[in-house]
Amino acid sequence: MLEPITTRPPDGPAMLSIRDLDVHFPLANGQLVRAVEQLSLTLRAGETVGLVGESGSGKTTVGKTALRLVKPTAGHIEIGGMDVIDVSARDLRKLRQKAQIIFQDPHSSLNPRMTIRRAVSEGLILNTDLRGRTLRDRVSETLTSLGLPAQFHDRYPHELSGGQKQRVCIARALVLDPDLLVLDEPTSALDVSVQAQILGILKDLRDTRPSLTQLFISHNLAVIRFLCERVAVMYLGRIVEEGPVEQVFDAPAHPYTRALLSAVPVPEAVKRPDRMRLSGDIPSPTNVPKGCAFHTRCPIAEKGLCDTTPPPALTPGPGRMALCHFAGRTTEQT
Amino acid sequence: MTDASLEPGPVAIREPMRFRETRRAIRTYSRSFSSMLGLVIVIVFLFIAAFGPWLAPYPQDAYGAIDFGAKLLPPSAEHWFGTDQVGSDILSRVLIGARTTLQIGVTVTGIAILIGVPLGLIAGMTSGWISEGIMRVTDIFLSIPGLILAIAIVGALGPGIINAMIALSLVWWPGYVRLVQAKTLSQRNETYVDAARALGAGPLRVVFVHVLPNCLSPIIVKASMDMGMAILGAASLGFLGLGAQPPYPEWGAMISTGRAYLPDWWWATFFPGLAIYLTVLGFNLMGDGLRDVFDPRQR
Repeated sequence: MLEPITTRPPDGPAMLSIRDLDVHFPLANGQLVRAVEQLSLTLRAGETVGLVGESGSGKTTVGKTALRLVKPTAGHIEIGGMDVIDVSARDLRKLRQKAQIIFQDPHSSLNPRMTIRRAVSEGLILNTDLRGRTLRDRVSETLTSLGLPAQFHDRYPHELSGGQKQRVCIARALVLDPDLLVLDEPTSALDVSVQAQILGILKDLRDTRPSLTQLFISHNLAVIRFLCERVAVMYLGRIVEEGPVEQVFDAPAHPYTRALLSAVPVPEAVKRPDRMRLSGDIPSPTNVPKGCAFHTRCPIAEKGLCDTTPPPALTPGPGRMALCHFAGRTTEQT
Repeated sequence: MTDASLEPGPVAIREPMRFRETRRAIRTYSRSFSSMLGLVIVIVFLFIAAFGPWLAPYPQDAYGAIDFGAKLLPPSAEHWFGTDQVGSDILSRVLIGARTTLQIGVTVTGIAILIGVPLGLIAGMTSGWISEGIMRVTDIFLSIPGLILAIAIVGALGPGIINAMIALSLVWWPGYVRLVQAKTLSQRNETYVDAARALGAGPLRVVFVHVLPNCLSPIIVKASMDMGMAILGAASLGFLGLGAQPPYPEWGAMISTGRAYLPDWWWATFFPGLAIYLTVLGFNLMGDGLRDVFDPRQR
């Protein structure tokens, strides 16, 4: 088994900086989906940060908005020091070369009418002056390095397996040599054995390109622990807890993080006494609860406090943040 | 295409995968008897349209030559399809009329595509009042029966083959707007469009490189079927006296004049009618076959 990544201190300049981000989508019936609310997150250069949360918590929206594929309602986003909210279309294209994304479903993220060579070439044609022989060589080299030998390069996506398609998507992003890579649940649409292959590739990526900054979106906590240095936990469009992976996973400060961690299935027949269950579903982002967004499902919520007052961002440890009235107390308990 | 894929030439070596796709398509198409029948009919029709004036035994009869001594002769070795009321050879007129028919089909379908596909792309890619406006106008056109509207337009412009084509083109495009708009809407939410935007593709590149090629299959299928329907529409206008005017060799107009001589001199209407029937059938069968090839559910 591969070794977990050793934690590096979060120094260096910010590669991705998100401040006070709001993303709202109006519905046809006049309601407003508050997909992301007041979210701030900073990724230092070379850092890999995990973004976890259950379905509907807004993880994917954050990833897409960071690359300006979705227009934010309010807030600031900078990539490598460059503002990506108020930029012209031309400047935005320059950004494309620096920041790339890998999507969840490899089956729909490749154009069915393009050979994979063309798919991987497209970014280079759009962003660089490489043409002809050099372009071809660069594309072939990238595809081959990801385990797709030459006989695959002229195939169409429907002739490849899911894992092969995801490798094409990784090649398409990496061939531009980006500084920032957003990985939007890159393994969850694949079956387990293929997941391991792709995770191996991503792990190698950490070793071969240490300067690459990665935002790894996933609901799989084991994968986050395996690949990331820091983790941010999302609930209803907000980051409720953030910090170094080991600290957050070993001593979660937010009750939602504790619930998430205890929901991870373990291959043991013994029933865990500390299993913490959440009742009900995640509330609709069209109707976010008042006060603390989590109070409707929180086992430690206090009436008169949590359902009226939004929680402050407390600091349960160095480099950590938790959005809970009791963040100090819960760390002492666990 | 067929020859190229059978010969292992240098092209086939450079892009073997593309030809594998082509071979697969040809195999799927040729598996069906009716598709092949449609293809054969269409090829015969195209051949006649190209060489009609040289195939016709009495080419001058197509352009109003009159020989009352030979009028309304039944089919015989000399006149295979018989002769009409002015003694013109019907076989010659049918053969030469094929070119007119092809012109009508290609023109009407072509203009409908040129108007309908761009409007459909615009309506599908944009939102707001532009898209709404295009779609509501399309709905208005679609809610009026096409042939009735075409009759009204020809009535306003005056009868004639050119006006008939213009009228048919003007009522034919809304179908393409609907088709392309629906297809575009589904394509633009595909992840690969997001991926292309993330790579730096501008809106025009997204439309022409990513969205339009994925809309082509249903357009081709609809176009091949519309060839038949447009021919039928033009023949209907011709039959009503609004299209080609006698003695111009157009099948619909030939039926119209021959109608007065039914049922005793049946060949004057039967053979042009048979020509229309076979041509429309051929294009429809071919369209069905192409749909089988392009249908992604087959993959």
